[in-house]
Amino acid sequence: MKKLSLIHSAYIVFLKDLHVEFRSRYAVNAIFLFAITTLTAISFSMGPIRLRSEILAPLLWIILFFSSMSGLAHIFVREEEQQTADTLRLLTSPNVVFLGKWFFNMVLLFSLEILIVPVFLAMMGAVVGSPGPFIVVIFIGSLGLASVATLIAAIISQASAKGALFAVLAFPISLPVLISGIHGTQLSMNGGTFSEGMPDLQVLFSFSIVILTLSLLLFEFIWRK
Amino acid sequence: MLLDKSWWKYLLGIWMTAVILGAFLYAPPAKGLGETARIIFFHVPTAWLATLAFLISAIGSLQYLRTQQKKYDIWAYSAAQIGLIFAILATVTGSIWAKKIWQSYWNWDPRETSIFILLLIYAAYFALRSAIDVEEQKAKLSAVYSIIAFVTVPFFIFIIPRVYESLHPDPLINPEGEIKMDGRMLQVFINSLLSFTLLFFWMLQLKIKTLLIQQHIEQTHHR
Repeated sequence: MKKLSLIHSAYIVFLKDLHVEFRSRYAVNAIFLFAITTLTAISFSMGPIRLRSEILAPLLWIILFFSSMSGLAHIFVREEEQQTADTLRLLTSPNVVFLGKWFFNMVLLFSLEILIVPVFLAMMGAVVGSPGPFIVVIFIGSLGLASVATLIAAIISQASAKGALFAVLAFPISLPVLISGIHGTQLSMNGGTFSEGMPDLQVLFSFSIVILTLSLLLFEFIWRK
Repeated sequence: MLLDKSWWKYLLGIWMTAVILGAFLYAPPAKGLGETARIIFFHVPTAWLATLAFLISAIGSLQYLRTQQKKYDIWAYSAAQIGLIFAILATVTGSIWAKKIWQSYWNWDPRETSIFILLLIYAAYFALRSAIDVEEQKAKLSAVYSIIAFVTVPFFIFIIPRVYESLHPDPLINPEGEIKMDGRMLQVFINSLLSFTLLFFWMLQLKIKTLLIQQHIEQTHHR
């Protein structure tokens, strides 16, 4: 049998998760419906009031954070609940599993954002001063968010009271993403340039890299029984 | 009795009494802050110990993952428990002082934000431990979480001052590198810091010993 590379094996794990996901559509339903419900609740309660970017940016990130919390844990929780985790443990290395599942969560979060961010801006009547930095901040921010969520999901899938625990554990760790993401989003909505938002982008990017490296180092301890 | 190896505990009692008396009677009020500055003798040591406990907990966790020895998990867990007490004390003393000086118990000053994040991390750590039944799993997963939390801390040091402005008085080691304290204040302050640290290690030792005995009893009981 030909030996597969790390990336290729991870891609196969990703494809497998994609197939399983489209059988039940659990995570997709959870994350999209949660985001839409929250957005509607905010839009309803605000009515015709036009909010400033100081309020819009935190609201957008709160929607993104809690939507991730509602759907991104499923990737590992499902393996434990359907008792398929042991087979996966036997078949492939921990890093392959982590990278595959991390990639799946990223794709899920990005597809949510492609839908929810334009709808959010339209419903709240927001104007984005500089769209370029805005998109980049959201993109790199969700890279960090998805990395934290995947790592914490792996931890909580082996604990009881999974749903409540996920947000509690992920919140302090994802605070650097939230604080810098909100700051950067607000800057770009007010027309800030790339150079003005650079410190935020640097934090978001380096944070994502650090969490990803840490995940690859620590995941083996979480995954192996 | 004093030749017994617990002599330092009696000494610590006398030392801390002297520190408390010194904080109120010997040290002069600080310039600008007046009598309220006396809280520094209790607030700063508690904040320092909350941080130190967090560090010890992270080192214990790392050692646990390397060696898989139960004693390191007990270290990490004990340090986190005592650290939580000191973090709460630092928050409460700081908050009381903030009410007096800034007219508000809480206003998301960078230092308030940092200690709040520390409290959140401790709370999450204990929530995780209480949700896992198997001992090895509990030790392993909480060690991993503790290390992840520890690695995110440098980011806060960089981010928070950028976003929030601070009114907090300069820490002892400020950017200018000079100590802005009266001589007598400094004497009491250093003594307080050292005696509180000794108290912390005593508490930590007691906690570790209790947990080891508890573990021993459980093991013999199961046989």
